[in-house]
Amino acid sequence: MTEPKLGAYICKGCGISERLNCDQLAQVASSEGKAAVVRQHPFLCSAAGVEMIRSDMAGQGINQVVIAACSRRAKTEAFAFDTVTTSRANLREGVIWIRPDHEDNQETTQEMAADYVRMACAEVQQMRQPGGNTETGVNKQILVVGGGISGLTAALESAAAGYHVLLVEKSAALGGWASKLYRSIPTREPYADPQDTGVELLIHRVQTDPQITVYLNSYCNRTSGAPGQFSIDISTESGATHTVNAGAIIQASGFTRYDASQLPELGYGQSPDIIDQAELERLASAAGTEGSIVRPSDQAEVKAVVFVQCAGQRSNQPGHLPYCSGFCCNAAIKQAMYFKDNNPSVDTVILYTDLRTPGNGEDFYRSAQRKGITFSKGKVTSVVPGKQGAEVFFDDLILDTQTSIQADLVVLATGQIANAGIDVEHVTSAEEPTDKTAISVLNLSYRQGPDVPQLKHGFADSHFICFPYETRRTGIYACGPVRRPMDMAQARIDATGAALKAIQAVENAVLGRAAHPRSGDLSFPSFRKEGCTQCKRCTVECPFGAIDEDENRYPLFNESRCRRCGTCMGACPVRVISFQNYSVDTVGQQIKHVEIPDEMDEKPRILILACENDAYPALDMAAHNRLSYSAWVRVIPVRCLGSVNTIWITDALNSGYDGIMLLGCKKGDNYQCHFVKGSEVAHDRMSKISDTLEQLQLEKERVAIHEVEITDIQRLPALINDYADVIEKIGMNPFKGF
Amino acid sequence: MAKKEYSYFPGCSSVRSASASNYMVSVNTMCEKLEIALNEIPDWNCCGASIGYAEGGELPRHVLNARNIALSGKHNPGQDIVATCAACWLGTRETQERLNEDPDMLTDTRTVLQEGNLQDYYSQNIPVRHMVEVMIEDIGYEGLAKPVVKPLKGIKFAGYVGCQTNRPFGIDGESFENPRYLDKMVEIVGGEAITDYEKKVTCCGGALAFSEPEKSQKQIHDIVEAAYDQGADMIVTPCPVCQMNVEVYQGQINKRYGTNFSMPVTYYSQILAVAYGSTGKEAGLKGNIIRAKALEKIANK
Amino acid sequence: MEKSASKQPPPTTTAEKYRNNFLREVEDNVEEGEWVKMCIQCGVCSGSCPLGSAWEHPPQELFMMIRAGQREQVLRSDSMWMCTSCYNCIVRCPRQLPITHIMHGLANYAHRLGIAPAQNPTRRFAKIFWDNIAHSGRVNELLLSIKLYFMNGFGEGIRMAYHMAGMGFAMFKTGRLDPFGLFMHKGIDNAKELQTMLTKAREIEDRRRGLGLGVAVKAD
Repeated sequence: MTEPKLGAYICKGCGISERLNCDQLAQVASSEGKAAVVRQHPFLCSAAGVEMIRSDMAGQGINQVVIAACSRRAKTEAFAFDTVTTSRANLREGVIWIRPDHEDNQETTQEMAADYVRMACAEVQQMRQPGGNTETGVNKQILVVGGGISGLTAALESAAAGYHVLLVEKSAALGGWASKLYRSIPTREPYADPQDTGVELLIHRVQTDPQITVYLNSYCNRTSGAPGQFSIDISTESGATHTVNAGAIIQASGFTRYDASQLPELGYGQSPDIIDQAELERLASAAGTEGSIVRPSDQAEVKAVVFVQCAGQRSNQPGHLPYCSGFCCNAAIKQAMYFKDNNPSVDTVILYTDLRTPGNGEDFYRSAQRKGITFSKGKVTSVVPGKQGAEVFFDDLILDTQTSIQADLVVLATGQIANAGIDVEHVTSAEEPTDKTAISVLNLSYRQGPDVPQLKHGFADSHFICFPYETRRTGIYACGPVRRPMDMAQARIDATGAALKAIQAVENAVLGRAAHPRSGDLSFPSFRKEGCTQCKRCTVECPFGAIDEDENRYPLFNESRCRRCGTCMGACPVRVISFQNYSVDTVGQQIKHVEIPDEMDEKPRILILACENDAYPALDMAAHNRLSYSAWVRVIPVRCLGSVNTIWITDALNSGYDGIMLLGCKKGDNYQCHFVKGSEVAHDRMSKISDTLEQLQLEKERVAIHEVEITDIQRLPALINDYADVIEKIGMNPFKGF
Repeated sequence: MAKKEYSYFPGCSSVRSASASNYMVSVNTMCEKLEIALNEIPDWNCCGASIGYAEGGELPRHVLNARNIALSGKHNPGQDIVATCAACWLGTRETQERLNEDPDMLTDTRTVLQEGNLQDYYSQNIPVRHMVEVMIEDIGYEGLAKPVVKPLKGIKFAGYVGCQTNRPFGIDGESFENPRYLDKMVEIVGGEAITDYEKKVTCCGGALAFSEPEKSQKQIHDIVEAAYDQGADMIVTPCPVCQMNVEVYQGQINKRYGTNFSMPVTYYSQILAVAYGSTGKEAGLKGNIIRAKALEKIANK
Repeated sequence: MEKSASKQPPPTTTAEKYRNNFLREVEDNVEEGEWVKMCIQCGVCSGSCPLGSAWEHPPQELFMMIRAGQREQVLRSDSMWMCTSCYNCIVRCPRQLPITHIMHGLANYAHRLGIAPAQNPTRRFAKIFWDNIAHSGRVNELLLSIKLYFMNGFGEGIRMAYHMAGMGFAMFKTGRLDPFGLFMHKGIDNAKELQTMLTKAREIEDRRRGLGLGVAVKAD
């Protein structure tokens, strides 16, 4: 390996040289930062500035670069040097833009800048150029679990993009729920009438696609591996097993319909004339295009039908579904049209509390109104079966009356329940699932459990809005109603999205790069086995189940499953886990290289460890808005608050910092953490730091942790300033100078 | 410059000795200055107004307006119909739209028009326009600014657009919630526009000022009060019903609410006429029950 | 075209015929009535109405009542008579229902059936207004005002006239009211011709609605 040689480059543009003594910064870089080459440039990100750096790299052998200019989030393309390690000292957003331009502040502002130069020099010396994960699989096949609309679409889309697909379907036929429908909600102009489901064509295309292999009557008996190298045992009912390999998995295991017999107040099960939407599809299919739909009790033509929306849905009653299944309003409109289109004199009433018609459903709704389908805003209180038909009692929410309608047939809009397998976060051990009825979909051999973790209400996702399809098992993507409730049109879009995610995963995996959200990241975690105490914190805290155990109970990193958040690194009590360019030392040395003034100087130092996903951008934006915050703070961006190792906190306190702020993303049920659990585990760890503070006989206020959002542009500077006041109030850290 | 010619539908309230006669006076003056020639539709009849529906029903109401359109076609062929009254404009335009959409209604209307031998003169596509549209679209704001000789410096106007000049058709594609043309006109003549006048598009009660005085006067009270609150010297409006309702009931409102309102309510045509150098008489200022003294002062200069 | 001309049932029969399906009755007989079924019950119309609080049943509710078959409650209501024709509901309705016209249509239909509230001042004023214009072709504002004042009897009229006298005098003084308008009002030249047209128009409209002869059902 060649000798490390550090070059520090100080930009004088964007007002930096007007506010800061750049010569002094250059002096700091060379004397304290040990930079072999230090240069200043009036416009460092210009072609000439970048060329200056590149020529030093070529001519002088500079292989560690410090850019003392703007935020690491700015000018990333100009300062992208693939062959050397690079660190950024944030003089613009981090110093001059957040400090008022006033004579009185000059000294503290300059000190701030000098510290950032020291920190960048210290950091870059600890960084190694990441070379990419070498433990990669090369399999680019995509395994699709489920042969309904979602699975069929995911298979076709993946195949169309050039990937071989293995499609596993547990029943004897492809098509799923769609093949049980008489007609579907329209997906084409003018969105006015029910249309053919199109599932036959999808099945035909899948069956004739040479890129797709279909396994019927089959399920995944065992799934192991990682992106690029999954191994799946596909078993048939008869017990025959067939092992296949895949680079990524798409879980399109669909939904089970809610059991309407849990709704006795709506008369289900008490009369054959009270049915759910799925049963009406059967009646409609039986009637076909020629005949009229008849009521089951006496086979008489239905002359009046009432649709009860939100049956056992959007309700907090025990046993009901708390969520909206999203498809059932459009489905009721479609089903009412089955009657109206055949015989306009049939009375069709849809009783709803909020009609929700996603997609182009508004046009469909309008068409239904034109056809004379009656929509009444009413909450159904009970359905009382008669000899034939039933009476539907409801509160008319517009006319504010309690009333009823007589119907030949009552159709209940019940919801979707995800086929997400076993809820791995609520099992005490893999052998004892709490829900004994749940059947695993994937049978993962992961130590964290046989299925992907569920987000909410049993749906398999990690974030409905920010990271759809991405389950917390890298390389496994959920789509369709297993991910969130939806209709067929949405399932098709969903399946296409999941197929793209799967492709992203396999392509990154074969190159040894992270899939997402740090897509393309070549760094990966490694650990020093000699120091490991087998405490298992890394394996437990990894939000993505990337770490298994080997036969000697040492952690076994599946680098390809890793998202590179560093939560394992933060968890490790003996600090044996590190990334090439992000480690306990890259941050630890920055902390140590901040110049701590003497207690008598009355200049406190506050360390801020800011999550680079939301908190650090929010700080940058505060700077863009020229909001100011305390000159006592020194900010270090971290990959995720989960990567914060408590050693940084104790080291900082020991070396005389007066306060430490941790800024991470929102945790909990409505979390915004990009690594799902990172912020949460950081909060957990910090709740235990009070013991350490006590041991050191320090005030508990010296360590603060906050949840911040990327939009907290106003709040964040205020939070920092308030904290600086708190620190000034409790006084200086007594450990200064030791 | 050749005069622009229009087929003019003045409406019942604008005739001599009617409630908006001063509107007509100022419109005539303004049009003269802008070189607009107005050719009155001979023997025009009432549009049915917004209250005509109850007894008149649908077809008779459309017949009223269709007769005017036919008379315009017969006597002023090729000229756009221009109304100064919001209800006249709205009623006529509504009839035309309805008859264009409903062939049965059109057939029935033509049948009825035979009684006056007018059936062949009814035109489905003659533009039916409000005077304000003519000014903005045909003359343009720049054109409206040209004849200004006496800028209305220092007068603060609350531009009260009201309902029927605004909804449902709108002027110049402006928003229904915040139309700006009156404010622009005020600025053109050198006045100060209260652009965020809160009650700009609030209903004055319309015809219900007669039948439901209490409810309507609540509306009017709010309209005048907001003008005071926002520092207006006077209200300016494009609608004769708005003008009449907001002006003449202030006395009764003062009794009912214990207020001391005396807010002049002028027409856009009046402020333009004064800015164009007309006398108070030519601008119809004599017709304002609550005298617009600030305008009179400029007119008499 | 003559679909309804042939049957000509008496008015009461019409009402009977549709009693169980008031929505269809409204669709057939009320101006823009076919739009009622398109309401999505959002309530923007009710919230946008300047006299909203004066409506016992705001438009949204009237539409629901029509769908629920509450014929009497709708037609006997004085709600739609509160419409000032401000068109706010029309421009704001997300479904573009011509709500103002439907309200006018409902009022007109109830009026013609003779079941609209007899004492409703707007109904009475509307009748006076129409008679006023139908007679001469143009509004006679003085006559209109006087009739309006005496609408509730002679004593009330005098009281009302007294109450309004200041206003009338101001109008007269500023040249905006003709004190001789009672005798000198100039209507249109072809007033007779217009009267014929209006009579004929009503005949056609009644025939189309199956309301029978061109005579309006007398108010109760």
